Amino acid sequence: MVNPNVQGKKYPATQPYLVGREKIREFAHAVKSTNPMNLDVFAAQAAGYDDIIAPPTFAVVIQERSLTTVLADPEAGIEFSRVVHGDQRFIHERPIVAGDELVSELEVASVKSLGGNSMVTFETKIFDVNKDLVCTAISTLVVRGAE
Amino acid sequence: MTHINIASLEVGQEIGKQEFWFTRDSLVRYAGASGDFNNIHYRDDVAQAVGLPGVLAHGMLTMGAAVQVAVDWVGDAGRIADYQVRFTKPVVVDAREGAVVLVSGKIAEIDAENKIVRVDLTATFNDTTVLGKAQVRVRL
Repeated sequence: MVNPNVQGKKYPATQPYLVGREKIREFAHAVKSTNPMNLDVFAAQAAGYDDIIAPPTFAVVIQERSLTTVLADPEAGIEFSRVVHGDQRFIHERPIVAGDELVSELEVASVKSLGGNSMVTFETKIFDVNKDLVCTAISTLVVRGAE
Repeated sequence: MTHINIASLEVGQEIGKQEFWFTRDSLVRYAGASGDFNNIHYRDDVAQAVGLPGVLAHGMLTMGAAVQVAVDWVGDAGRIADYQVRFTKPVVVDAREGAVVLVSGKIAEIDAENKIVRVDLTATFNDTTVLGKAQVRVRL
């Protein structure tokens, strides 16, 4: 079972993640995006962006870096092999742009028990170098109880 | 600026639909691009050992592809202000055939004052809904 006492626990900011142009293109191809804003620098600049922008779910890459820390935290007691992704949300203040340097701070928003399973909701705030909020990623993992 | 005139929109209006064909190659590509190397997404033996019906698509791949219906409608991925889904059923990806996920979008709410439109997505695989509460808030 997931330790209910980690509810409210905050994890320190990750090392900065530099968003590369080719990484965005690679991710865009993987999610089958054909949107020129994700691929074509000139199209993105014509729309007013400094460079190509990331697809709406790219923030998962940054969220993952914070989640890794939690999954490795013995206090939380989350066994990765029992984890199923329950739901996911991204609230964007602005799109992620190639060249951004992003850090994320994660808080365990809630730990709930439901019929032998635990549901853990994480809120990851993603900031740029100016410490402006770029995206809030909210993720609920269902951790199956032992049989 | 966008080509869409908010005053011309109606709740219930369809904004488009797309068919996404996920193969094992798609899953490997997504694993590499996202960094999610959980091997239930590419190894039959592991999927079987943990009691799954087969190798599954990453939920985040389905989520990431489905939103393209809204992105293509508005024309700019940067106008997706808020996007959420619930993963309700797995997408089993056959080694030979792959899996086809059908996604369609409808206008669910229009906030003309703030120029925000909520689009609800429906994603099905084998006639089963795989994403619940799939809501996209688009900034027009």
